[in-house]
Amino acid sequence: MTAASKENNCKTGETQWDLWEVFTQPKTGAPHEHAGSLHAPDREMALQNARDVYSRRGEAVSIWVVPAREISATLPDDSGPFFEPGNDKVYRHPQFYSVPRGIKL
Amino acid sequence: MTELTLEESSEKRELFEKQIQAGEKIEPKDWMPERFRKQLIRMISQHAHSEIVGMLPEGNWITRAPNFRRKKTLLAKVQDEAGHGLYLYCATETLGIDRSELVEQLLTGKAKYSSIFNYPTLSWADIGVIGWLVDGAAIVNQTSLAKTSYGPYSRAMVRICKEENFHKKQGYEIVTGLAKGTPEQRDMVQDSVNRWWWPSLMMFGPSDKDSPNSKELLAWGVKRRSNDELRQRFVNLTVPQAKAAGVTLPDPELRYNEETQDWEFGPINWEEFWQVVSGNGPCNRERMKARQDAHSSGAWVREAAEAYAEKQQRKRAAA
Ligand SMILES: [Fe+2]
Ligand SMILES: [Fe+2]
Repeated sequence: MTAASKENNCKTGETQWDLWEVFTQPKTGAPHEHAGSLHAPDREMALQNARDVYSRRGEAVSIWVVPAREISATLPDDSGPFFEPGNDKVYRHPQFYSVPRGIKL
Repeated sequence: MTELTLEESSEKRELFEKQIQAGEKIEPKDWMPERFRKQLIRMISQHAHSEIVGMLPEGNWITRAPNFRRKKTLLAKVQDEAGHGLYLYCATETLGIDRSELVEQLLTGKAKYSSIFNYPTLSWADIGVIGWLVDGAAIVNQTSLAKTSYGPYSRAMVRICKEENFHKKQGYEIVTGLAKGTPEQRDMVQDSVNRWWWPSLMMFGPSDKDSPNSKELLAWGVKRRSNDELRQRFVNLTVPQAKAAGVTLPDPELRYNEETQDWEFGPINWEEFWQVVSGNGPCNRERMKARQDAHSSGAWVREAAEAYAEKQQRKRAAA
């Protein structure tokens, strides 16, 4: 992972550090959920900043930080065809099947 | 991004309008009209700047808080406001602009922030009144914005609203305490209410008929309620709170309308509002200078963090 990608693009000297996406787990047993993002020069500071920015009131028992550019995502444009294969398979749902009356399954 | 043909773009626009009509949220990678993007960048970054500049008037009293409990509370509140600024800068960045550029717009005076923060905090009572009225007004606005049509803005608002309740409550606690105190304390808190009441009403922005951006923002569902509606809601909420606290709101025309069930209020001094917005408020220059100084005197911290990150990376590479 590269550290601080410096893009000193303005007179005020504000550097644009890497963008990190933050995922927090509210309690054990729960999934990690996207909380937001932040800038940090390295992963240690990303974690510390994530704690300060997204968990000031015990909102998390565990935090993941991921460099935003390492995330692959679907695009709204291809979401139709991309998710298509799942849409016409009604037999993947329990309502597709009939069960004799009075039987509890 | 590739250029769209006219037909494609009208198709996309139709889909966008449909999403808005259906109350679906627009997400960063969805197609959106350029004007929508621009207006959102302006609105969310102004909101972010307000959170950041808003730390200054309150920060002014941290070292002079009357006791340790109040000091801890004020520190925590001001830290929350920094967090709010960060959530909102992140939400703005999803629209394709860098935070560094937004910070530059603030520091060079190109960007606006809420005019309320250009008033001075003259007494400790101001800390109470700000929490009660200024955060109270912000809550009314932000609760409505939690339903905004842009996903990242909405999520930031939900997070912020959860934290704001404590801001208002701690302020109201200070106000009611002082209002039950010595005659000097009562005078101090009444003087503070007198100074902050009207600027708090101005926080909702110009009246609907003079607000050029409002119509469009309402049509897109970016705003859910008009400035005047939100202002009225705030007045209705606040009048009983003032009565309970034993302070007087400085408006002789304030009266209850049985029919509309609204508290009607006197005319707002819009001349003052526009003066402050255009840079001539009591503290505009001081606030800008404080932000610029904080930014430049914090430069070494940012440099140190970078140097450390680079060193760690070299070590890792060598290992
Ligand atoms: Fe805030
Ligand atoms: Fe607040």
